[in-house]
Amino acid sequence: MLNSTVTELSAALAGKKISSVELTRLFLERIQRLNGRLNAFITVDEERSLAQALVADQRRTRGEAGPLTGIPVAHKDIFCTKGIRTTCGSRMLADFASPYDAHVIERFAAAGAVLLGKTNMDEFAMGSSNETSHFGPVRNPWDTTRVPGGSSGGSATAVAARMTPAATGTDTGGSIRQPAALTGVSGLKPTYGVVSRYGMIAFASSLDQGGPMAKSAADLALLMNAMAGFDARDSTSLERPAEDYGRELGLELAGLRIGLPREYFGEGLEPDVRARVTEAVRWFEGQGAKTVEITLPNTGLAVPVYYVIAPAEASSNLSRFDGVRYGHRASGYADLSDMYRRTRAEGFGTEVKRRILIGTYVLSHGYYDAYYLQAQKVRRLIARDFASAFAHCDLIMGPTSPSTAFALGAKSDDPVQMYLNDIFTIPAPLAGLPGLSIPCGFDGKGLPVGLQIMGNHFAEAKMLGAAHRYQQATDWHLQAPPHFPLQAPL
Amino acid sequence: MSLTPDQVQRIALLARIAVSAEEAAGVTERLNQVLGLIDQLQAVDTRGIEPMAHALDAELAVRQRLRPDAVTEPDRRADFQAVAPAVEGGLYLVPRVIE
Repeated sequence: MLNSTVTELSAALAGKKISSVELTRLFLERIQRLNGRLNAFITVDEERSLAQALVADQRRTRGEAGPLTGIPVAHKDIFCTKGIRTTCGSRMLADFASPYDAHVIERFAAAGAVLLGKTNMDEFAMGSSNETSHFGPVRNPWDTTRVPGGSSGGSATAVAARMTPAATGTDTGGSIRQPAALTGVSGLKPTYGVVSRYGMIAFASSLDQGGPMAKSAADLALLMNAMAGFDARDSTSLERPAEDYGRELGLELAGLRIGLPREYFGEGLEPDVRARVTEAVRWFEGQGAKTVEITLPNTGLAVPVYYVIAPAEASSNLSRFDGVRYGHRASGYADLSDMYRRTRAEGFGTEVKRRILIGTYVLSHGYYDAYYLQAQKVRRLIARDFASAFAHCDLIMGPTSPSTAFALGAKSDDPVQMYLNDIFTIPAPLAGLPGLSIPCGFDGKGLPVGLQIMGNHFAEAKMLGAAHRYQQATDWHLQAPPHFPLQAPL
Repeated sequence: MSLTPDQVQRIALLARIAVSAEEAAGVTERLNQVLGLIDQLQAVDTRGIEPMAHALDAELAVRQRLRPDAVTEPDRRADFQAVAPAVEGGLYLVPRVIE
């Protein structure tokens, strides 16, 4: 059961082979056993989870179960949850009890899913290694001396170590796809506006998007069916007809045009990553897909553009943390201004403060045009690169990350090296495009490699279809980290 | 361009984040590393390019919605103030600003 996909667990629940209470208990026990070593969860409330599981079982008895009813799902601790604390990985919100649920939490509750716990993350989703969390780093289950990636590193490790069948994440510059790649799980960042951001603590509002993480692409489709949809409370939520994200799982690969961006296969790519990604692309060719070399000439500018726009938006969004309405407040201060300054100095960690300062600077008088406006113009050039590329291909494939998981501490002292690690995941959110990562093998050290598939706006179903076809022919996505053996279930 | 520790203190004041004298040198060094990265943008020719403020404004005719100007939220003052550091009589307490 621990290594089963959501699709399989859904069938097992429907066939009465297991109850949700039994399933939930199984995963809670595994969390209890492994979390001390992996630190994937910040908060677990067993009583609450088991109560929800019981309700799910009763719902099934009444004949009102859907595909996710009774399935345990872990949520990144950026989604506000009523009745269980929401920390966003920060001291600022270490004791925050949200008075309401995020839209995504409501949707999973309506589907009958069980909230298994809140997962660790880089503070305010700012990081690529999960080392910036106030609650300590998350460890990669394939090698616990290495990072799981970030910022959704807790969700990634939880899925990879089989502590949960599925989890939610958020992606601003790669925070779903990069940790998915580094831990060997599947993760999807949808088109901007598809998943409501209501109750999802804001980092960079023109980029942030929630999405699912699980073992397989078929599971991602099931989870998307629950997560996606219009919500009037998010002004950027798109009013589109509901869609079945699993409708193209049988995608015909013959004739599919796959674009391979020249810039994604250049220098700086680890040889093993290049080899595994190339092998995966060859597999698609073997099924009749046609590969086309494409160019995304402004790729090298994506990281600098992102590190103007994201900090600028963050400096504005995080101004709400002032020690007045909620969150941490410093204990000693001289006056109001001093209270703000001390509260924010104590409540935020180093990386968050760094980004707020950068954002404040690029938006300040005299620098706005040179930095912020210029970055927004280059952002359009990057979006145009994709528009031109999609005239020649249906999907784009390449590596998710230039390297496999790096050692804890390896990049934490050098922000620029850390930022450059996200070069292949930052472009899609700048253009509002969907992207996913699926496992496509291992490097020489036994660490997972991720294949990134990007599509045009609203092409999620096609991307998931291509990923599913690959996963029907390979079993990379079903391999679990050997250091955390799956003990005989039930 | 490169920031001095004094400029960093000015930015930190605007951001309402206290940066101690001991921290200032390290913070300045790291910020200058990041500015070195983003300074690459200055060399890009963007004449005639409209700034892109929204992720979907380029290729899709997505317009921001308007809703009727009507009250939609109930009064939840007590819930919201329950998570505040200091409240009294339905008001948020802050240090005295007017003597």
